[in-house]
Amino acid sequence: MSRPELQAPAEIFYGEQEASKYLHNSRMIEVQASMAERALEMLCLPEGAPALLLDVGCGTGLSGEVLEEEGHWWVGTDISRHMLATAQERGVEGGLVHDDMGCGLHFRDGLFDGAISISAIQWLCHAETSEHNPRKRLAVFFASLYKALRRGARAVLQFYPQNPEQLQLITASAMRAGFGGGLVVDFPHSTRAKKYFLCLLAGPADPTFAMPNALGADGAGDGDGDGDGARAHVQNVGRSRQHARRAGAGKRARTPIKSRDWVVRKKESQRRQGKAVRDDSKYTARSRRPKF
Amino acid sequence: MKLLTHNMLTSPGNARGFPLKIEGATVEEVETDFNAEFISRMVAKLEWDALLGALQQLGVAHQLPSAVPDKYAEDEAFLKALHHVLVEVEVMEGELVCPETAKRFPVKGGIPSLI
Ligand SMILES: C[S@@+](CC[C@H](N)C(=O)[O-])C[C@H]1O[C@@H](n2cnc3c(N)ncnc32)[C@H](O)[C@@H]1O
Repeated sequence: MSRPELQAPAEIFYGEQEASKYLHNSRMIEVQASMAERALEMLCLPEGAPALLLDVGCGTGLSGEVLEEEGHWWVGTDISRHMLATAQERGVEGGLVHDDMGCGLHFRDGLFDGAISISAIQWLCHAETSEHNPRKRLAVFFASLYKALRRGARAVLQFYPQNPEQLQLITASAMRAGFGGGLVVDFPHSTRAKKYFLCLLAGPADPTFAMPNALGADGAGDGDGDGDGARAHVQNVGRSRQHARRAGAGKRARTPIKSRDWVVRKKESQRRQGKAVRDDSKYTARSRRPKF
Repeated sequence: MKLLTHNMLTSPGNARGFPLKIEGATVEEVETDFNAEFISRMVAKLEWDALLGALQQLGVAHQLPSAVPDKYAEDEAFLKALHHVLVEVEVMEGELVCPETAKRFPVKGGIPSLI
């Protein structure tokens, strides 16, 4: 099947039918959620502090839910009413706004502690009407994203470039808007698992800023997508999350914040970021007696 | 549309288009978990007068002071009242009006549309 961007404008393509896939297709849910987890990891937010995050092209709120589970609050924007309505019906915690990112984000300056976007910004490379100019829309989008972020905040945007020209166009547009950072390509040797993340820093230049390491870049990912440890790891993350969702028997199974499961999951994610985290023990997440 | 979201939105095409006036609104209240740390972190990001203005436009009763108290981080009653208005009051239908251009944007099914 041809790429969605070539079939119809986003607000048409993401109609009722497509929105319902994001509710019922477990493979799709798993893939989107694990990319959102990876993006959140690369935001490198300060430990344990709830942040205000932006999710561009938030769709039905799958990615936002990953942010909620880590205790953050988010605002999502999307061009599809159906996707947003589905998010609203599911009762996501975040704020939802119907807006076209190609016309810019419409938020006060310097608000967000970080931004993510999963599988959305490649849509900006496509002109849907004669007035649409992809270069202009990308420029407007990145300039408004830069302004909406707090100085020193990061944005991690996963996308599917159709060809090297689009990859170059998107990356160059981000740099022109003043962002630092660049591309992280996870599983570069695998056709199926390969994922592009634009990992951006909203200035000023930060000498301690380090680009995240790509997963599976050591050549272990052999392209058949079944053997190497790192890929298996990503799949497992998706799976356990999926499992948690199903456990809710139809309703969304949220891990209560500060519950033991939540703490253990959070510690796991911090370990993955390479942070020093205490081992889990029977005391993990137990409430302590008040100290006087 | 939660009032926390409203407090962030600006009018498309006009940098001074803040705050958007809320007209003809129907409001619902939902219950959400209280997270004192989060609400406390949001205080510095809020435009206080815009929040009070929105509450007045909606006719929602509240117990918020006219200015943010000094030691708000330890003031649980304040944080709880703020939590309620920020994330438990939801504008379901209505219109947002740009204060500069008077352009109108609908809120439908709880979702504001800036398109
Ligand atoms: C593949 S879906 C991903 C949704 C969500 N991020 C997730 O991971 O489940 C891409 C989303 O981008 C949105 N989108 C496409 N073009 C857009 C635009 N110009 N402005 C805002 N959202 C857009 C679509 O409506 C759709 O919901």
